[in-house]
Amino acid sequence: MNSIYELYQSLSILERMLVFLILAPFVGGSLAGVDRKLSARFQGRYGPPLKQPFFDVLKLFHKERIVVNKFQNFNIVLLFLFTIFSGALFFAGADLLLTIFSLALAGTFFILAGFCVGSPYSHLGAEREVIQMVSYEPMVILMAVGMYQVTGSFKVADLVQYPKPLILYLPGIFAGFLYILTIKFRKSPFDLSMSHHAHQEIVRGITTEFSGPALALIEVTHWYENVLLLGMVYLFFAFNPWIALVVSLATFLFEIFIDMNYARFKWQLTFASSWLFTAVAGISNIIVLNFLK
Amino acid sequence: MSALIFLILFPLFIAGLALVLPLGNALRRTIGVIANIVLAVVPIYLLVTYLNQGPTYFRVESHVVNMFMLAVEVLIAAFIVYISLRAKQYLPVLLVVVQSLIMVIFEFTVGRAMEVEHSLFVDKFSIIMALIVGIIGSAICLYAIGYMSEYHEHHQEVKDRRRYFVFLIYLFLSAMFGIVFSNNLIWLYFFWEITTICSALLIGYRNDKPSIESLFRALKMNLLGGVVFAIGLVYLYTSSHTMELDKLIQLDKSYALLPAVCMAFAGLVKSAQFPFSSWLTGAMVAPTPVSALLHSSTMVKAGVYIILRVAPVMENTVAAKMLMLIGGVSFLITALIAISQSNAKKVLAYSTISNLGLIVACAGINTSAAMWSALLLIIFHAVAKSLLFLCVGIVEYKLESRDIEDMDYLIMRLPKLTAVMMIGMAGMFLAPFGMIISKFVTLKAFVDTNPGMAIILAYGSAATVFFWVKWMGKIMSIKHGVTEVMEHRVSRWEWVTLYILAVSTVVVCLAFPLISSGIINPYLTELFGKTPAPDTFNVMIIFVIMLGLLILLPAGLFYFAFVNKNYKRVGTYLGGGNIDHITFEGAMASTQTIELKNYYLEKYFGEDRLFIIGVLISLTLVFVMFGVSFL
Repeated sequence: MNSIYELYQSLSILERMLVFLILAPFVGGSLAGVDRKLSARFQGRYGPPLKQPFFDVLKLFHKERIVVNKFQNFNIVLLFLFTIFSGALFFAGADLLLTIFSLALAGTFFILAGFCVGSPYSHLGAEREVIQMVSYEPMVILMAVGMYQVTGSFKVADLVQYPKPLILYLPGIFAGFLYILTIKFRKSPFDLSMSHHAHQEIVRGITTEFSGPALALIEVTHWYENVLLLGMVYLFFAFNPWIALVVSLATFLFEIFIDMNYARFKWQLTFASSWLFTAVAGISNIIVLNFLK
Repeated sequence: MSALIFLILFPLFIAGLALVLPLGNALRRTIGVIANIVLAVVPIYLLVTYLNQGPTYFRVESHVVNMFMLAVEVLIAAFIVYISLRAKQYLPVLLVVVQSLIMVIFEFTVGRAMEVEHSLFVDKFSIIMALIVGIIGSAICLYAIGYMSEYHEHHQEVKDRRRYFVFLIYLFLSAMFGIVFSNNLIWLYFFWEITTICSALLIGYRNDKPSIESLFRALKMNLLGGVVFAIGLVYLYTSSHTMELDKLIQLDKSYALLPAVCMAFAGLVKSAQFPFSSWLTGAMVAPTPVSALLHSSTMVKAGVYIILRVAPVMENTVAAKMLMLIGGVSFLITALIAISQSNAKKVLAYSTISNLGLIVACAGINTSAAMWSALLLIIFHAVAKSLLFLCVGIVEYKLESRDIEDMDYLIMRLPKLTAVMMIGMAGMFLAPFGMIISKFVTLKAFVDTNPGMAIILAYGSAATVFFWVKWMGKIMSIKHGVTEVMEHRVSRWEWVTLYILAVSTVVVCLAFPLISSGIINPYLTELFGKTPAPDTFNVMIIFVIMLGLLILLPAGLFYFAFVNKNYKRVGTYLGGGNIDHITFEGAMASTQTIELKNYYLEKYFGEDRLFIIGVLISLTLVFVMFGVSFL
């Protein structure tokens, strides 16, 4: 039953990083395929084949490189590098806080990419992306804080070994994390800055001026990031790898379900509701833990 | 010991010269440059000499000096009374009279028999502060040489009092060295008051209505801090016959707590924490070098210096908890207010208060990990913030505006300056540069002692990212077509300073493992008997990211600028037929113009409302802090 966990233990840090770097895009891409198929079914369409996201990305890589600003794609390269770096750190079992900070750095490069092209749609998208980032960031940090309070360590390697179910100690934090996970997955009602659906009110938002290989890189980065985020969900249930895997997958499906059932929020509501939700669910949980100690 | 006295007296000597030598004189500039180099080198000499020693104390015959200082204090008091009466301000008169009476009566009654064993001392914390004051302070002085002549070209209406200006700045530096090397609390107090009057006069340099208002606001608040400081000293001496910093810390809490709280209060005023933040935001009327000096190497750092010094006395008391909360409230609320500000100097001011709040909170927690991050925060903040202020000062004259909304396409208009500015900003908020390292450690220190503070930090750092990112995005956006490059009009004095500070920002970040193991850890061992166990793996990863960025950024920029030719450049998508980069043909053949503006979320983070909230909360906390220390 603990074979996944034993396998993980047997790998060295570099091997773990390598496994993540190689496997994550396949997992992430397949999840994206499931996402599209399932969304289509929810909407009464047949939907594309599961492999469609891979075809799309390959096709994008062969497109012409059209830019507005010579340097715009550099930001995307940095976004990609720092996202995979954070993912590699996480799966190697390094410090959770460091992973979070590194991921935030990647997010910052994405925002700067949106700003630097000087296009109104992209600017608005970047502006909304900042608000999204500010909305989810407190909860992400509080998640790490809560896990530390229970286990006494920020190290992912220790968190994953913790014998008791973290979820029992951190129900509020898990709920808060689910809430902001919708923002991170770029799902409705929080897909303000860029949406997977064709034409939103700000065209393609932050990615309006990105095309071809750069757009493909953004997509692949998103796959890596999704795997990393599901890895964080895994931690809550890590006492049993099978349950944890099932719950992680269920979380993804749940987010698709939310996506289908909500219209897009305004940024005001997004921002205020995530901070309040974080405050109510996350903070109460942390205060309770403080008394338990 | 001679090096310490030299550092205190040498700037004083230069200040005197600045008053005498005529402006525009080549000799004057040469002396200025040499003096600045000396001021930067001597602290390094101190570092090398005292690095392997514990705190070293020096005996100085203090009676004569005390009398001299008292005489100067009375003179300054008379001067303050004079300028206050002239401006019809009566509160400063009251404060300064009370303060002088306390000190004069003290010196002539109980103070006569006072024996001070060690008047001067140097330890690693003093050396860190001396390095900051010496290197950054003198870099700012270099900048001022170029800046002030442009300042007077732009502001013909302001009377040219540059000699007086330079005099005040060097006097200020001298007093700062005095503060960090004094073990005799009477001396410390004397230097403390000198920084108060210097900063107030520098703020009022323009001598117009808003400057005078800001001058007196700063003066009133800091004098109030001074009165409380003086009361603390008198209480300390009458209760325990001690007048030395090192002895104060070893005293029994029942005697030492109240004086320590009084000094911490004076520190809160100096470091512009809530409820005393308004003097620092008002200080932006002063010429840029003054703001840079106040925010990075002098004034506010003197405040946190004294708080960190007396923090051990308050360990595990309710007063320390209050201190921690005041810092936390200041950190969070000013970070939120900064989101709603579009005035560049105001954003910088609020971010300063916010960062200092974090340092004060660390002092309140007073564990070795918290102290570790407080010291790193002081260093990183000093370098990056002075750099940013000096950049904004130049931008202000090139664009004739200090509004962030006017900084569109700055990277095309002032490319090198924008690059330097971005280094400063990265130092302030981007992982893994300076501030983030400290925030990372601070968070860990908070979680161990008080998870409530971790919550404040989680929200506050999200707010920090918000106002920095949107500013950074603004200055790096690019448009099509040609834009006038205005950089050739920046003087070489200013460039030299900017380069020094930009390089320091990067070097300090890269050298942080060294700074930590070489200076900070030994200091903490002296203080706590143990150092926070540093996680070498984490340090290594941070270092890898930093090196990676340092290699990637220049290499990437070079590649995209010169090597990469495989692209087609087009105009932005504007939702119609582009006419040029900012106008397009919309529906019904109408011509539409676009304009890009940032969000400021006035409704959520309006300054008026949040400021009052911060003042009220922290005022309550201050009262509680004093209340519990009386019991």
